[in-house]
Formats: sequence, C-alpha cells, structure tokens
Amino acid sequence: MADTHTAPHTAHTALAHHFDNMEQQREAGTLGMWAFLVTEIMFFGGLFLAYILYRSSYPAEFAAASKGLDALLGGINTVVLICSSLTMALAVYYAQVGNRKLLVIFLWLTVLLGMTFLGVKAVEYKDKFDHHHVPGANFVWEEEGHAPADQTHAAAEEVNTSKIQMFYWLYFAMTGVHALHMIIGIGVMLVLIYMSYKGRFSPEYHSPVELSGLYWHFVDIVWIFLFPLLYLIGAHE
Amino acid sequence: METTEKILEPRADYINNTYGIKSWLLTKDHKRIALLYLGSITVFFFLGGAFAVLIRLELLTPPGDLMQAETYNRMFTMHGIMMVFFFLIPAIPAVLGNFLIPIMIGAKDLAFPRLNLLSWYIYMVGGLFTFIAIVAGGVDTGWTFYTPYSSNYSTSNVIWTGLGIFITGFSSILTGLNFIVTVHTMRAPGLTWFRLPLFVWSHYATSLIMILGTPVIAVTVLMLALERTMKVGIFDPALGGDPVLFQHLFWFYSHPAVYIMVLPAMGVISELVANMTRKNIFGYKFVAFASLAIAVFGFLVWGHHLFTSSQSVYAGMVFSFLSYAVAIPSAVKVFNWTATLYRGSISYQTPLLYAFGFIGLFTIGGMTGLFLAALGLDVHVHDTYFVVAHFHYIMVGGTIMGYLGGLHYWWPKISGRMYPEGWAKFGALVIFIGFNLTFFPQFLAGYLGMPRRYHAYPEEFQVLNVMSTAGASILGVGYLIPMIYLAWSMRYGPKATRNPWGAFGLEWMTASPPPTENFEETPTVTWEAYEFRPVEETVVVGATGGPGDEPDVSGRV
Amino acid sequence: MPEQASTVSGEVDALYLFLVALTVFFSLLIAGTILYFAVKYRRRTPNEIPKPVAGAMKLELLWSVIPFLISMFIFGWGASLYYKLYRPPAETLDVYVVGKQWMWKFQHLDGQREINELHVPVGRKIKLTMTTEDVIHSFFVPAFRVKMDVVPGRYTTVWFEATKPGRYHLFCAEYCGTSHSGMIGWIVVMDPTEYQTWLSGGAGEGSLASTGQKVFQDLACNTCHRSDAQGRGPNLEGLFGKQVQLADGTTVTVNEDYIRESIRNPRAKIHAGFQPIMPVFPDNLVTEEQLLQLIAYIRSIGPQQPGATTGAGNANRGTTSVSPPDAGRANPLAPSQPRGDQRPPQQ
Repeated sequence: MADTHTAPHTAHTALAHHFDNMEQQREAGTLGMWAFLVTEIMFFGGLFLAYILYRSSYPAEFAAASKGLDALLGGINTVVLICSSLTMALAVYYAQVGNRKLLVIFLWLTVLLGMTFLGVKAVEYKDKFDHHHVPGANFVWEEEGHAPADQTHAAAEEVNTSKIQMFYWLYFAMTGVHALHMIIGIGVMLVLIYMSYKGRFSPEYHSPVELSGLYWHFVDIVWIFLFPLLYLIGAHE
Repeated sequence: METTEKILEPRADYINNTYGIKSWLLTKDHKRIALLYLGSITVFFFLGGAFAVLIRLELLTPPGDLMQAETYNRMFTMHGIMMVFFFLIPAIPAVLGNFLIPIMIGAKDLAFPRLNLLSWYIYMVGGLFTFIAIVAGGVDTGWTFYTPYSSNYSTSNVIWTGLGIFITGFSSILTGLNFIVTVHTMRAPGLTWFRLPLFVWSHYATSLIMILGTPVIAVTVLMLALERTMKVGIFDPALGGDPVLFQHLFWFYSHPAVYIMVLPAMGVISELVANMTRKNIFGYKFVAFASLAIAVFGFLVWGHHLFTSSQSVYAGMVFSFLSYAVAIPSAVKVFNWTATLYRGSISYQTPLLYAFGFIGLFTIGGMTGLFLAALGLDVHVHDTYFVVAHFHYIMVGGTIMGYLGGLHYWWPKISGRMYPEGWAKFGALVIFIGFNLTFFPQFLAGYLGMPRRYHAYPEEFQVLNVMSTAGASILGVGYLIPMIYLAWSMRYGPKATRNPWGAFGLEWMTASPPPTENFEETPTVTWEAYEFRPVEETVVVGATGGPGDEPDVSGRV
Repeated sequence: MPEQASTVSGEVDALYLFLVALTVFFSLLIAGTILYFAVKYRRRTPNEIPKPVAGAMKLELLWSVIPFLISMFIFGWGASLYYKLYRPPAETLDVYVVGKQWMWKFQHLDGQREINELHVPVGRKIKLTMTTEDVIHSFFVPAFRVKMDVVPGRYTTVWFEATKPGRYHLFCAEYCGTSHSGMIGWIVVMDPTEYQTWLSGGAGEGSLASTGQKVFQDLACNTCHRSDAQGRGPNLEGLFGKQVQLADGTTVTVNEDYIRESIRNPRAKIHAGFQPIMPVFPDNLVTEEQLLQLIAYIRSIGPQQPGATTGAGNANRGTTSVSPPDAGRANPLAPSQPRGDQRPPQQ
C-alpha cells in the first residue's frame, strides 16, 4: 500500500527496480494473481452458463449422456487432484520456512499427481475416441437396450444424438480447457523446481511458489465443480 | 515543497536515454509502450477510417453501384472490427492510461512491466491475424457475429477474425489487470484514494470491466469457432441449440465494452475541465463513484440490445429499467463538469475545445440513448441508422473527442514539444463540424426507417445520405490535420516546459518529457486533487530539471 | 417523420417527440450554461487561480433525482407501449410468415401465398406468426412502427392494424448476409372490399388448413393421431389452445411452439399416457411452410372459441367480412376458427 513506500529498501536481488520493497512487490504479485483468477472464473463462467442452459433444456439427454462417462475414473482423478492440492500447500509451507529439500520433493509430487490426472484423462479421452463419442461428423450414440431398428426410429435417435453430442461437446470443451490449465500448471511447477534447485527461494522471497499455489488450487477447484456436473448429476437415477 | 531550480544539460529523459529499434521493441518502460500503442492504434484507426470512407461513398447513391454487396458487407464489418477492437478499446487506456497512470500516482512504472510489453505484442499478434483475414478476403458477418449466420452460413474468414479478437482480448485483460494492481499497491506516500486524479478513478473502473468482461467474449468467440468447425449445434436450432444465446453472451461483454471506450474518455474530460479552468472538479466523489456505478450497472443492461429478438416482454422491461439506471451516473457527470466551470478561470485552448465538444456530443449521444432504452420506441428504431448515429455520437463524438483532447493536453508531456495552437483549434473545429454533419442526418434517416447495414437503399433516404457522406469527407480531412501537425511538432515544435498549462497534478511536477523512472525521487503527496496554487508555490518533484523546467505558466494562456 | 399508417404509429411518435423535446431542452440547457460560464469566467490574467468551490450535496441530489424521475416516466411510457406492441389482441386475422435468404414468404389462412408482398385489409388487426428457414431476419415496417426478429427454430409474433390504404416498405432489419438490403418488400393495405376482390382472385389450391390436412395425410400422421381415442398418439381434435398433462407431470399449453417442437423433436414433451414413439420430422421432411400448414390444420380442428356464435365461420380470428365468397373454398377451416362440429369428416 501507499505507506510501504517509506519503508527502507531491502536490498534483495529479486526486487524489481520499480518497486520500493519486497513487501510491495509481493502484494502486487498476490493481487495480480487474484485478479487473474477472477478473469479465469469469468472465462469458465461462459462455459458453465452454456452447460446450465442446455442441461435444463435437455435434462433427459444429458443424464443419458452422462452415463457414458466413467464416474470411477473421474472419482479417482478427483482424489488425485485433492492430493495434489495438499502437496502444493505443503510445498508452499516448506518454501516459507526455507526447507529447500522438502520444497523440491513436494513440487515433484505435485507434478507427479498432475501427470497422473492427465494420464487418467488421456485414458478417458481415448475411450471416447474408440466409442465415437467425440462430437463431429463421426459421432455415434447407441442407447443401451435397443438399437435403431427401422427408419422412423433412426430418425428419432437422430435428435437425441444431437443433444447428447452437445453434452459431449461441453464435456470436451470444459475438461479440455481444464486440462490445458493443468498442463500450464505442470510447466509452472517445473520452472519452480528449477528455480528451487538454483536456490532462488528463501523465507524472504518465495512469492512465485505462493502464487503458483493459488493458481494450482484454482485449477483444482474448477475440477471439483466439473466432476459432479459432468459425471454425477442424473447419471445414477 | 521547496523548489530548487538547477539547469542540467543534456537531461536524460525516457525518449533519449537509449537508442535503437531494440531499445523500443524490448522496452519495459510504460511510457515507451504507450508510444508503441500510439503508433499501432493510429495505423488501425486509419485502416478502419479507409473502410468508413468507402462505405460512405457507396451510400452516396441509392443503388449499390460502387461495389458488390459482398464487398460492402465486408467493408462495414471490417470497419466495425478495426475501430472497436483495435482502436477504440485500446485507444485511451493503452496510450494515455499507460503513459499517465504510473506518473499520476507517483510510481516508477506499472506493477508488471513485462506483462505490459507482452500485452502490446499480444495486441499486435491479434491485429496480424485480423489483417490476414482481411487480406484473405475479409469477413462479412458484421462486427456482432450473430449466429447462425456467422456459424453456419457465412463463407468468409470468420475463424481468423475471431482468433484475432480472441487474442487481442488478452491484451486488454493484461492491461486492466496491470492498472488495478498498480493503483492498489503503488500509490505514492500520502496519495489516498480520494486524492487520486479522476482520470485514475475512471481507468480503475474501466479495468474492472476489462478483467470481468473480456474473458466472456473470449469464451464466446471460442464457442463460435468450435461451432463453425465442428457443427456441434451449440447455436444451431436444428441440433437443439439456441442462436439467441450467442447474442446474450456477446452483449454481456460488448455492452460493457462501450464503457471501456467511454469511461476513460470521461476521465480525460475531468482532467481537461479541471485543469483548463484551474478549478477542483465540482462533486469529486460523485464523479469518482459515478465511474464505478457505470462499470457495475454496465454489466446488467446487455439485454437492451435484444428488445426485438424475441426475449420475453418482462425481461425487456427489466433491462429497460436498468438501462435508465445506468443513465443517471452519466448525467451526474455532465452536470458536474458544467458546474466546475462556475467561477473558474477558463482558458480556451485546444484541449478545452475538445472537452466542450465531448460534453456536447456526449449529451446528444446519451439523450438519444434514452430513446433506445424506451421499449416501445426501440422497437421502431432498433437496427436502423438511428442506432448507428447514437453509438457514433458516443464512440466517435465521445471517445475520439476525449482521446484527441487528452492527446493535445498531454502532448507536451509525451513529446516534450508544443503543438501549433492555431492549427489545433482549426482542426478541432473541422472535426466538430464534420462529425455533426456526418452523423446528425443519420438520426433522421433512422427514424424514417432506413435499416443499418444496407448496401442499397430506397431513394427517399438519399438526401440525408448525401449530407452524411459530405460530412464524412470533412471529418476525414479533420482527422488528418492533427496527425500531420502532431508529427511535425515532434521535431519542429517549440520545446515544452514542465507545466505549460499551469495545471496541477503529479504529471506536471516532473520534467517534459519525464525521465525513465518518472521522478527523480519518490514524491510525497500532501495535497488534495486539483488543489491549484499560484505560480510561486508550484510543486516540483526532484531537485533537478532540464532546460525549460522553470515553473512557467506565462505566454501560453 | 415517416408516414403514420398504423394504430400505434401516432403513439410511438408521441413518445419520440416528447424525447426530442427533452433532448433539445437538456442539450440547450447544458450548451447554454457552458457558453455563459465560458464567457463570464474566461481567464483574465495568465496566472489567475480561482477560488475553489466546494461541492453541494443538495445540488448533486437534485440533479440525480430529477433525471431519475424523468427517466422513470419515460421507462413507464416505453414499457406500456412495448406491452401493447408485443401482446397480440385476441381477435386477429392471422398470416404466416417464413423468411429465408433473401425473401419474405407469406401464407394466408385462405391459401393465398405471396412473396415479398403482403396484402392486408385496412382496419383489421393482423397477427403475423413468423419463422425462418436459415438465419435470423427481422420484420420491419417503418410506417407501422413495428419490428420483430424472425428467429430459426421458434415462432415469433407481431401484430399491427393498418389505418390507411397504400403501399408501405417492408425491410429486413437484422443483417442476414449478402443480399440483406435486397430482402425488402411491400405491405399493400387495401380497402376491405378491394381486399375481398384480391382474396377471391388467387389461390386455387384451397385454404391453408386444407393444405395442412393434405400434408397431415401425406405424412400418415392420421394413422396414429386418430380422432377416436384409439390411436397411438393423442387425438388432436379440440386440442389447440388447451392445457395438456405431460408424462413428467408438468403441463403445457398447446400452441404453435408446442406443435412445432412436437414435430421437430417429439421426445421433448410427451403427452401423458402415450409412448415416445413418434419419429422426428426434420426440415427435409416437413418444410417450415408445411409446418405452418400443419399448425393451421390443427388449429382448424381446435375447440370452439369461447364467446363465439355457432353460426358458420363468422365469429372470431378470421371474420365473415374477409371470408371468401367462393363457396368451394369457404369450408369450415378458413379463415376463421371453425367449430369442432364442422370438423372435416376424414378423421
């Protein structure tokens, strides 16, 4: 804030020239990250709005389509992500107390869990490709129980299919954008690991770890919303 | 604060301390980045202007004789996209805001200088994509990209243009984020929120819209692009989608975007009115909070673009009501500016002429907004030239008047040179006359029922269109005048003093042009906003100045 | 001011003129004040510093509250007008409209079809039910001060009552592609007698409802939607305008939109007591125009309107004054809401 200008300069190598002291720099970074997360919320918000609108318009189709997702794999991924949030929080803690060794270990664990999540996601995506559940020209949906028998039924299926395809479109858009955030997050983690090896962080200066932690938790929270919306609601009626 | 005058020469300022293309393209100095933006938005402005000239020439005669309908549709689309996304939205924030906000709050730079440079590169990449789209044949959907035309029917380069807008959006987000963090964390000691210049307040409000609204247009354009490539039916009724959903998402950003354009201009006008009359703004807090109120209410009124789009009658009423609510803070600002003149010391220099131009045109633009928010009347004038005239009064009469006024007012600070006053007054007059002649007839044509985006039109509208085209040619010349003499003055203009206007504010307490870190020492603010003082009490930050840094207010009044 | 040719033109213009006067008043007030101050308080010496003037709370409140009250007045005025413009009155003469790139297609209940020209009688409330085959269009008649978007996948309605005979511009107001500016036409408003003559002049193929009936049979709708309650689908007679119970317990009013949805996407809302077995009819099987014909048919076998007299076709919706004199076409289906008891016998 304004009054921090008068504080004596802490001559830290990580202090950018235009800031007066580390505290001001840290505060700017934190506020910047929060503001960035707000824009992220608005970005996902557009997709959530589309989801809510069409879910309420076509509840039956969405519930049916939801059955095509593997709630078990989704659940495993949820657990994996929650664990990664824990390791991330521990990494931030060890950065604060200046334990470089544990900081690096927990960052690696976070990366590992992030990779696990993406691996499971890849398995799920592959399953969708194999079953032609990817929206587009090759999209196929066969409801359990009865195959399209005659002409009229095929036509009846067609409209259903378009709504189910819409569900899968939203599924791929939402989880895809989320996975993209995960990949970026893993990249950020690797940079942090490199910086920790170089000994850049100290109890005085560790805001990159803290800010990346905020980002990581945000990405987790998005998943916490995506999982029930896509995998659970209506799937087990 | 004690004033000590010491002549040092040559004084290092942000322009001459390093040389070479690289020192500009890799700069992290907010002032240099502002100049990079100034150059690039000027290019886009004249590109968009060239499209406008062709549109007006086509509309000189009723039949579509100058160009094909396909071409005409591309012209008005590209005009809108260039002007809205690549000129009006970045114009004041990315140029004047970027240059002035750190100086006005006594900081050395914005909080994230690298992000600031990145935002310019993102903007240029977005511009490049859009430019590729133009070269590859253009896009014909209108800048509003309404589905299902844009998603399923248009054969033009929707994806490339959409990508350009998507990318440019991030430049806007980064700018807004930078401003918010800077204003929160980097104010000079003693500079409390209510001592901030109103320019900073209005940019703060603008930044809120930028970070909250822009991601929504990004995701909307993304959906449009996916719909167009994969045909999944999100906006296609044949597959269960809703084409009107696009309009809701689009206007959720694009209505607040109007305030991204006009709020910074209001900030400029507050500075101009206060400093050209040397009076504190009447009702400072009301003007400051009006900016925030506009930013907040601006998010709640998007539905007034959909009064005839088959939304329910009751939704229309709610949006109409909220639209009137957003009109009040704008009216409050106009009244306060007017009241500021009372017992002022009014100097008729070019910046003030632009400020008067803004207030006049914005009043007409704002009042015609009341016509459009009136439900029963909007049914008739919606999508006619009445709307076209209305938003040009706000966006051209408002934003560009504010932008040019601000550019003249801060030109001595930016370039270190004075512009030629006589030419500037002449230019302002030409622009004012040309503008009114161009757009006033469009109100009449609109009420008579001429729909917008018409390549050919029935003969009864011709007289008004000829007037409009005549005005447009005057306006076109008007815009060239400042460009020529401002470019000329960068080399040949008389050197500007620290404070040529006898204005008050941190930016006038440092040298013209300022040094790279803006001030020689961090200023401590002990004064209220707009607390004008006699010459002998002029505040100067830092011990040294350059040539011409004497606290001079004479000669240029 | 464009020509005033409908019952609402004058009311819209009154609001417009009020707002013009208000704009002139405030613009002059502000411009005058600015000029007066600018002259009176011009800078007299270069270094002049005027005394600061403190803000005035009362003044701020005054110029916030007064504009607010004025704007609420305008809001109320505009809203009531809007309500009137977009709420079709009960008794109307219906015309069905289909927009497509780049033309307007009209179907009268009597069976006349027009392109880019619509003939209507003076002094009758005309209700248009509109949709489009492709992109969004907007139906705009400046002389009537009405406009309504025409949106794919749904029906929108607009109504007007022309007050004087003549030819009036019809524009497409929503940008719809290359020949958007060519998507214009004429509304021809005629004296009732001339309109009668015009009506009897065209359309040899029978009323809209009878065309719809033909479509109904061609598509074999009548194999399931039988009139004897034995069919696999609901009996459509007397259904139009009624509330029906759905399979999921909710209710829905049978109107144009519901019929449309039930044809394009039959599984969306299933009538209680029936199986979701109806096939889909996408637009390559039933065009938008045919869909409107089917709706006209289902309406024609709808229930008797309350308050209607039991005489032949002279009660509501359509009226005797516009009924074609041609006895061959004056079947109970058109142009008015015929009685249930005059239902065609083929059911």
